[in-house]
Amino acid sequence: MFNSHYQLERYSIGLAVAIIVVASIGGLVEIGPLFTIQQTVEAAPGMRVYTPLELAGRNIYMREGCYACHSQMIRTLSDEVERYGPYSLAVESQYDHPMLWGSKRTGPDLARVGDKYSDQWQVAHLTDPRAVVPESIMPGYAFLERTSLRTDDLPSNLAALKALGVPYSDEMVHNATTDAYGQSAPDSTEAQGVKARYGDATAVRSFDGNAGVVTEMDALVAYLQVLGKLTDVAHAEPQLQGDAQ
Amino acid sequence: MVSTMTVGERQMALGLCVLVALCGLFMAVAGRNDLMGPQGVVVLLAGILGAIVVLRRLDAPEPGPERLASYYDEPIKFGIVAAMVWAIIGMLVGDWVAWLLAFPRLTFADVPWASFGRLRPIHTTGIIFGFGGNALIATSMHVMQRTSRARLPDQLSPWFVLAGYNLFCVLAVSGYLIGVTQSKEYAEPEWYADIWLVIVWVTYFILYLRTLARRREPHIYVANWYFLAFILVVAMLHIVNNLALPVSLSSAKSYSLFSGVQDAMVQWWYGHNAVAFFLTAGFLGMLYYYLPKRAGRPIYSYRMSIIGFWGITFFYVWVGSHHLHYTALPQWVQTLGMTFSVMLLVPSWIAAANALLTLNGAWHKVRDDATLRFMMVAAVFYGLSTFEGSFLAIQPVNALSHYTDWTIAHVHAGTLGWNAMIIFGAIYYLVPQLWKRPSMYSPRLVEVHFWFAIAGTVIYVFAMWNSGITQGLMWRTYNDSGTLAYSFVDSLLAMHPYYIARAFGGLLFLIGTAVGCYNIWMTTRTAPAARIAPAGQVPDMPSAPVVAGE
Repeated sequence: MFNSHYQLERYSIGLAVAIIVVASIGGLVEIGPLFTIQQTVEAAPGMRVYTPLELAGRNIYMREGCYACHSQMIRTLSDEVERYGPYSLAVESQYDHPMLWGSKRTGPDLARVGDKYSDQWQVAHLTDPRAVVPESIMPGYAFLERTSLRTDDLPSNLAALKALGVPYSDEMVHNATTDAYGQSAPDSTEAQGVKARYGDATAVRSFDGNAGVVTEMDALVAYLQVLGKLTDVAHAEPQLQGDAQ
Repeated sequence: MVSTMTVGERQMALGLCVLVALCGLFMAVAGRNDLMGPQGVVVLLAGILGAIVVLRRLDAPEPGPERLASYYDEPIKFGIVAAMVWAIIGMLVGDWVAWLLAFPRLTFADVPWASFGRLRPIHTTGIIFGFGGNALIATSMHVMQRTSRARLPDQLSPWFVLAGYNLFCVLAVSGYLIGVTQSKEYAEPEWYADIWLVIVWVTYFILYLRTLARRREPHIYVANWYFLAFILVVAMLHIVNNLALPVSLSSAKSYSLFSGVQDAMVQWWYGHNAVAFFLTAGFLGMLYYYLPKRAGRPIYSYRMSIIGFWGITFFYVWVGSHHLHYTALPQWVQTLGMTFSVMLLVPSWIAAANALLTLNGAWHKVRDDATLRFMMVAAVFYGLSTFEGSFLAIQPVNALSHYTDWTIAHVHAGTLGWNAMIIFGAIYYLVPQLWKRPSMYSPRLVEVHFWFAIAGTVIYVFAMWNSGITQGLMWRTYNDSGTLAYSFVDSLLAMHPYYIARAFGGLLFLIGTAVGCYNIWMTTRTAPAARIAPAGQVPDMPSAPVVAGE
């Protein structure tokens, strides 16, 4: 073995090829089957996609680096199930390009934060976290409410996700800009299309309390309020003892 | 810089700079309504800056053919300076955000770029890619020339690699400030920066192979195996993890090809192997050259080198899934990740032991020479953090440690104790040699830096161990009535003293780095002492075989 290595290390290309082969095996074995084994992702009939407003909110969540301090992955441990709700299933992030499971909880997990607090609480908390939770160490994001949301690029954003396999219809792509406005302006004519396209359970309301303009605050709160609510399969499955309560 | 190039190389360099500037112009114009616009301006300015640098020396006299008898060290000097600049930026931002976690009201007024979420990737990118990457490229160019007894094949591609790499880092960091990120941890830069890095990296690999092809040593030295693995596997990881569909050619935004559980596995396959092949393999390359050189001892065991190298190359790739224990990732992948993580301890400790055993017979030098002590401490921390890594990958341990500051402690034991220490050791070895000085400006200040670095690391790691384990225990504690005993805010309050201690430890480490920068700067400023051999006439490339450590 050592003698053959003594020969191998005389050839730079041989060494390079050997390194590539040896370093590829682990990744191939662990990643490849995740695309082919059916049980990897559970079935969730009726799971809906993010509305354009929620998608824009998700992009703000990524832009501000929220994932560095907040996970969106409840593990299969009883204390986590009791603290945050039913453990997360793979299917719940099937439309997440990329996933935002996170790796650190400087703040609490957000996988099921949707509808846990009111819109008013979310807006107040994002504007000045310590006004609501005095011990909080989260940065304030007051500028979100002053910044109007960019919506002209939403059709191309939805089109890109559609190309990657997220089941957006052509109609959804086409109406993305007006749907983003409509979801945050319940009394407008644009609001009707949102429920027709994304389902009756979709929240159509002014998330930041100002129906006149769509702000980044509207988008982010709309996203936070839908976290864990795109499908209810996690609530249907029998889980740990945490479910008993 | 430019005056060491031939006229033909200068013209090519100018052409490349113009090309980069044109790309920047296109990005700036096409993306004027998007975040792509400001990123284009950065590229445009970089191209113009490069062109000015080349133009100013376009007509300087050409270097003669006698240059071919010596090593080409000019780019290495640039890499070292760049590494130290990034070290200051990365550590300053890191310590600043550490203070923000202790005192959140410290932040600048309500401006988007000053919040923790946007600054934190500047810290990680600045340290891993800016500081670590520049140090790796610079030392690899030094090591491959010495161990091959061959000069770099030309005077342009090393500069392209270094300048292009730093452009990538600047693009990344300036992007985070304005909100450009694809949110993949340790792979935040967007698609155009990723494509640019691929171009730079392929050039780097070809440069490495071309130098090896010119070698006058039949065998390729161990350090080069590690550098080769670093270059090749990082390319593979970078390309696969960053596969994404841009929203449009004029948009900075892209969507990852993978989603959900598959994306999670790909991201942590990348994430952990960035640790393996960026922060371990490349740095072991450094260790395997500079430690024996400084100690004046040959590497303890050739066989241990082989087992360590192939063990690390094979086992590491399997372990990424230990970042996803108890998540929605299928159990079989978690089990594989845990098993290989534990097995990984064997080659890791073989590599660490090989380094420490090399010091047998030279321990008195470790006592007297702070530069060698930096390297020794690095090997010790390498051993400690690989042990901790295997330990944390065991599922029940991970149940406690994951999502907590224990992970942060582990990462910093590795990056401060191992990566930064070996870089400082290598730089203190290199600077007098490259700038042709008898020694560092002040050996005493090297000693001062060493103790600041050690104190900072120990305080940091102990603070985060305490906070991480406290956090993990509080989250899972039940009271007598069978409900959770602590709210999340209770655990947050318990972190406060540790967050202060961590920020203080980081500050000590930063002060040490600043002392190091001053010492390096003064070394390059002092007049070269009378040389032992009149340089210029005597080529510095020996014609007889040299083995590291001789």
